[in-house]
Amino acid sequence: MSALLEIRDLTKRFGGLTAVNGVSFDISRGETVGLLGPNGSGKTTVLNMISGLLPASGGAIHLNGEKISGLAANRIARRGVARTFQLVRILPSLSVEDNVVAALAFGKKRLWDRAARDDALTCLERVGLQGRGSENAADLTYIDQKRLELARALAAEPSLLLLDEWLAGLNPTELRIGIDLIADLNDSGMTVFLVEHVMDAIRALCGRSVVMNAGMKIADGPTGDVLGDPGVVRAYLGDAHA
Amino acid sequence: MTMRLAFGFSLAAAALAALAFAPFYVGPYQVGLLIGLAGYVTLSSAWALFSGPTRYVSLATVAFFGIGAYTVAALNEILPYPLVLLAAAGVGLGIALIVGLSTLRLAGVYFVIFTFGLAELVRQLVTWYEVNVTGTLGRYIFMSFGPEEIYWQLLALMAATLFVSWCIGRSRLGLALKIIGDDEVVAAHCGIDIARTKLALFALSAVIITLVGAIQAPRWTYIEPGIVFNPTVSFLTLIMALLGGANRLWGPALGAVPLFLLFEWLSANFPDHYSIILGLLFIAIVFILPGGVLAFVERALAHSKRVTGNAERVREPGTAEARQ
Repeated sequence: MSALLEIRDLTKRFGGLTAVNGVSFDISRGETVGLLGPNGSGKTTVLNMISGLLPASGGAIHLNGEKISGLAANRIARRGVARTFQLVRILPSLSVEDNVVAALAFGKKRLWDRAARDDALTCLERVGLQGRGSENAADLTYIDQKRLELARALAAEPSLLLLDEWLAGLNPTELRIGIDLIADLNDSGMTVFLVEHVMDAIRALCGRSVVMNAGMKIADGPTGDVLGDPGVVRAYLGDAHA
Repeated sequence: MTMRLAFGFSLAAAALAALAFAPFYVGPYQVGLLIGLAGYVTLSSAWALFSGPTRYVSLATVAFFGIGAYTVAALNEILPYPLVLLAAAGVGLGIALIVGLSTLRLAGVYFVIFTFGLAELVRQLVTWYEVNVTGTLGRYIFMSFGPEEIYWQLLALMAATLFVSWCIGRSRLGLALKIIGDDEVVAAHCGIDIARTKLALFALSAVIITLVGAIQAPRWTYIEPGIVFNPTVSFLTLIMALLGGANRLWGPALGAVPLFLLFEWLSANFPDHYSIILGLLFIAIVFILPGGVLAFVERALAHSKRVTGNAERVREPGTAEARQ
């Protein structure tokens, strides 16, 4: 069976800086894969190239065997890639419900009016925001804004969900809820690719992890093995600990 | 909901009918005022159609307005009037598409400056063409109809603009524009074709503005670039829409009516200080009512409702959350 996502020799240069340098890996359907690495290692840049926010300087990305690198973000979204952002991005002037309708009305489902509202309510319920649809999105607390962003991503019924540090900044109780939520998504068959620094979450959720350092892939395998890899420990903690 | 809608439509139809009959009961000066009012309500509503939700502040209003007027001046002796209007709309659309394709990727202040520059460029080009090619500067427009007919045409365009604006506000396109105004990155990741959406609305808005210029042109009888490309038109349109609220259907109209009457009075009574007062008003509106009068009133109402509504919510949990 071919992989859902195939990344080959992916490269991103910003002027003289090579932020991502010849990275290759696959993600199979139904997997939850973690993308780890110290700050500045190029993780978010990889995510941005997959979702089409940034064009790749080299290499190729295929989704379901079709090339998506080079396509605009809106076209990639319609092919079934949804994401959340490192700094939460809700639509502040819209209601909570309309934030979700946004993904339903223009994504591959193209729902509108009653159908869109019904679907939006289901999505909000799924992330624990039931009964909050008419509130202003800007008035939500930080964790609820993160939930809303996830609801918007889920509304698109993506074949690939990209989460960029979605669990960052949560307190221990919220973290538990957040981990359970992602685990549920994975149980329902969704493929999830997440950038994360919270190691407990990585261990609990990701069967496999890819580790980057200075723009290059330095490890790829079962999460337990990868976290014990001397190269990975060195990247995070320096030579003395390896 | 449908009852409310039917009531709203009946009210709007009655108001439109009253406005349509107004020229039979007032003098020529008042008809002139009505033309100005209908013109500016249409201009500011058309401006808000694109600039309201997307927050792309355009100062190109007078470029399209003047193009409309000049198309009529150039073609009124060659083509029958309906075709002249159609030609004006076509010219406006063509220029809007060219300008839109080349500039809508600009963001924030660059877009504002570009649109202002565009209006000046069009004025200079027309002046150059008239002086060097046709050998004149001004043109005469003689039409077989009077100010009443001009007023009725503008009134019809105004009603059509408000109706289109209402339809878009309830449509998928309207939501797409609001999302783009909030966050273009999110809009793209929701699957919205940002460039095409912005271009469509910019072109629609520009065509309406061009038509206002075309319909109003015969009022002047004699036009020259300095008259029909006067940048004050762009600024007035902008202030009117901002005062009423560029994100509400009736906002621009609500801003246009009092401001137009005020400017008429000011320009008659303080012709020398008129532009100073205009500038001060502009600053005051941006500082005091950044979201417009309607948004201000809605916030005040929502606040008082929240204060009185909290008690009810305790008795009936859940009802306050239900949207319909």
